[in-house]
Amino acid sequence: MSGAGAAIPEPPSLWQRAEIAIALLALDPAALGGLSLRAPAGPVREALLARLARLLDGRPLRRLPAQIADARLHGGLDLAATLASGRPVSERGLLAESDGGVLVAAMAERMETGLAARLAAVLDSGEVAAARDLSGSGPLSRIGILALDEGASLDEAPPPALTERLGLMLDLTGLSHRDIAPDGIDPADLTDARRRLPGITIGDEAIEALCAACLALGIGSGRAPLQAVKAARMLAALAGREAVAQEDAALAAALVLAPRATQNPAASQPEDAPPPPPQPDPVEAEDPAAKDRPAELDDLVLEAARAAIPAGLLAQLLAQGGRSRAGTAGKAGLMQSSALRGRSIGARPGETGRGARLAIVETLRAAAPWQTLRRREQPDRSGLIIRRGDFRVARYRQRSETATLFIVDASGSSALQRLAEAKGAVRLLLAECYIRRDEVALIAFRRREAELVLPPTRSLVAAERALAALPAGGATPLATAIAAAAALAEGVARKGRTPALVFMTDGRANIDRDGQPGRVKAQEDAMQAALALRGAGLRALLIDTSPQPQRQAAALAQEMGARYVPLPQADAASVGRAVGALLPGR
Amino acid sequence: MAKPFPFSAIVAQEEMKRALLLAAIDPSIGGVLIFGDRGTGKSTAVRALAALLPPMRAVVGDPYNRAPDPAARGEKTHLVPVPVVDLPLGATEDRVVGALDLEKALVSGEKAFQPGLLARAHRGFLYIDEANLLEDHLVDVLLDVAASGENVVEREGLSLRHPARFVLVGSGNPEEGELRPQLLDRFGLSVEVTTPADLPTRIEVVKRRDAFDRDPEGFIALWRAKDAALGRRLTAGRKRLPELVTSDAALHRAAELCLHLGTDGLRGELTLIRAARALAALEGKAEVLDCHIRSVAPMALRHRLRRNPLDEARATLRVDRALTEVFGP
Repeated sequence: MSGAGAAIPEPPSLWQRAEIAIALLALDPAALGGLSLRAPAGPVREALLARLARLLDGRPLRRLPAQIADARLHGGLDLAATLASGRPVSERGLLAESDGGVLVAAMAERMETGLAARLAAVLDSGEVAAARDLSGSGPLSRIGILALDEGASLDEAPPPALTERLGLMLDLTGLSHRDIAPDGIDPADLTDARRRLPGITIGDEAIEALCAACLALGIGSGRAPLQAVKAARMLAALAGREAVAQEDAALAAALVLAPRATQNPAASQPEDAPPPPPQPDPVEAEDPAAKDRPAELDDLVLEAARAAIPAGLLAQLLAQGGRSRAGTAGKAGLMQSSALRGRSIGARPGETGRGARLAIVETLRAAAPWQTLRRREQPDRSGLIIRRGDFRVARYRQRSETATLFIVDASGSSALQRLAEAKGAVRLLLAECYIRRDEVALIAFRRREAELVLPPTRSLVAAERALAALPAGGATPLATAIAAAAALAEGVARKGRTPALVFMTDGRANIDRDGQPGRVKAQEDAMQAALALRGAGLRALLIDTSPQPQRQAAALAQEMGARYVPLPQADAASVGRAVGALLPGR
Repeated sequence: MAKPFPFSAIVAQEEMKRALLLAAIDPSIGGVLIFGDRGTGKSTAVRALAALLPPMRAVVGDPYNRAPDPAARGEKTHLVPVPVVDLPLGATEDRVVGALDLEKALVSGEKAFQPGLLARAHRGFLYIDEANLLEDHLVDVLLDVAASGENVVEREGLSLRHPARFVLVGSGNPEEGELRPQLLDRFGLSVEVTTPADLPTRIEVVKRRDAFDRDPEGFIALWRAKDAALGRRLTAGRKRLPELVTSDAALHRAAELCLHLGTDGLRGELTLIRAARALAALEGKAEVLDCHIRSVAPMALRHRLRRNPLDEARATLRVDRALTEVFGP
């Protein structure tokens, strides 16, 4: 290794890392798949985009509109030009046009999974899947994707099918325009690096150190270490080296591996972590790697990665994903279904008006085959001859999906048994939702906080895991719980779902909004939170779980505009029925 | 099209490789469902498998890859590679089923059919990544075609049918949503893949893949002999399959096992026997033995247990237990 023994320079700052990531993207856009850049729109992002344009030096840099039509993306028949000229005119799709360059996807956190899947296919194969060509291969499209992610939370992120394939990941949320440093890398540097890149070698120990770092950071995907190896090579080429040096491997780990960490390498296996899967036989009986690998490099690489883990990533994962190690991957199902809303499900013959919209392409399709014939009948007419029978109107399916949010009192006053019933009810509803494709979420509150134990999900596996490890006992922070429920409901509604709230409590608060004990203030705060909830106009149900119906609970329900159901003998089935009555269409 | 990664160079993932080989020997098994995390080489394995298979003879210019009709003379045929067709999420029904050929319609006023992905997958593999996120209306189409082996198109004034028999390979991550029970049942075999947990295996995965990415030709040449040998075993297995003996005792064992597990319907039993036969054929045996049934039972049955849907993890365990009870330890 050429850099062995050399002093390791200071780890680069966040801005420097961003600059290097942009340089790598420009160096060989397709090599790493691209860059997922989380940053609000602003001077920092603009500066990086400008730099990218400069470094690409004439290579394509295209923007990908969020609602791009398939034909425009993949290329195909240019309908308008074909109709005008009377001979087939095909257009090159955006993917083919960007070959060798970078495609910028703005608002990537709102990207549909369908589009993400198509982009993923292009990243995997380096070519456009042609619709017409039966041989199955289309025009080349070796692109890198720059996904601009303006999401505010982990929940709001580009579809994992895409981010999984984008080797570089950066979170610049905290940077301001004062951090922008003058250009350090020149297009000429990249030209040199491109020339050098094919000859760059990487030692086994660097590959092994990167793999070891993946394991330590809890990165499951096999793509990540491979992307890190490629990034290390490119970094070496950029630095003017012939072989990958220690600092290249370390920087590659910071750029590629750190943002994908799901566990802190320092922490030992948490106790409630699932047992490791059975170990398949290693391919080679004797392992040349493990014995004489310098532990030093492993540590260096891992340390570099750890230093670059975005602040709060692991905490957020823990808070949101619950106990799931695969927390980051579990969001796709949620993101995509909002696209179902008002999804066009084809067209049918019919007239426009009364809310029906003309499906232009479909209408043209219907009219097209007849043009030659009709022209023969009406030789004096020019242009397209469309008759009434050709009209097609679009059909949309407006399916508003429901998300049922359970807010369960896990405090000592409600006792363990209540929790078991709530769990049972959630299970029952989930099994139902499994068929209807609705969602369920669970907030448990105890001591001083309300915890989102189960983020909105349809996954039985995730739900089962979250429910199994639900703790109980302690005080009753009712106000906090109601506020948390309102926040969650708002998030759900933003995604196009209809939230329905189900509170299971005896209504006896003893922790106020600020986390201080005191029954009177706590009850006041709870009532206030309830009033705020009513303002949001949400459908809600309050199940009084105490052995005798409680006055407080009834008052609380009234205040939040919820239906009040005392269920002293609450069991999972009757809770399920009560919830069923709350929601329409069950 | 880019060259696929050699099948024999895929590190570990033995169960997935075996399931794919079995489905290739006997397409009537009904495909493979692969559950697991991203980046575990699922799509790589499917592509690699198709490359193992000998090219197939098809009529020149036929959009459906149809095999030549022995009765018809003078048909021009050529050898084409076994197709692997991706069905991407968000694909339109037009793309999947086929639609009116707009180009022909606009230019020559001719009403012609433009075949879709189902036509292209005929005699090959249809790969659905993230099958559990597939939209319902596409799932319906797939179920229908997979059951009948024929794509019936009745739309836009078109009315036609064409053969569409393919091996369905689906992948998905159960954390992100469940597969519809009907589609689940349709898959013959199911396997679970995980990233290897030990470091040496992971390092080997990265090294091989990196070597392949840097020099595909050279890497493929390195593995050509192994791939060719495996390809010959596959071809031999396919030939041997029709003559393979399945004793009444083996049938009895399979039935006993399914009864024990309480699997719904006959599909499980049928798949179990077919998969065991395919394995025997792959191993060059003349008869299905207990060890074959034992070996394929988990992948043929675990997704069919009548069970609490929340009890996913224990399915494999139940099959194992039943195996011990029926076959002895």
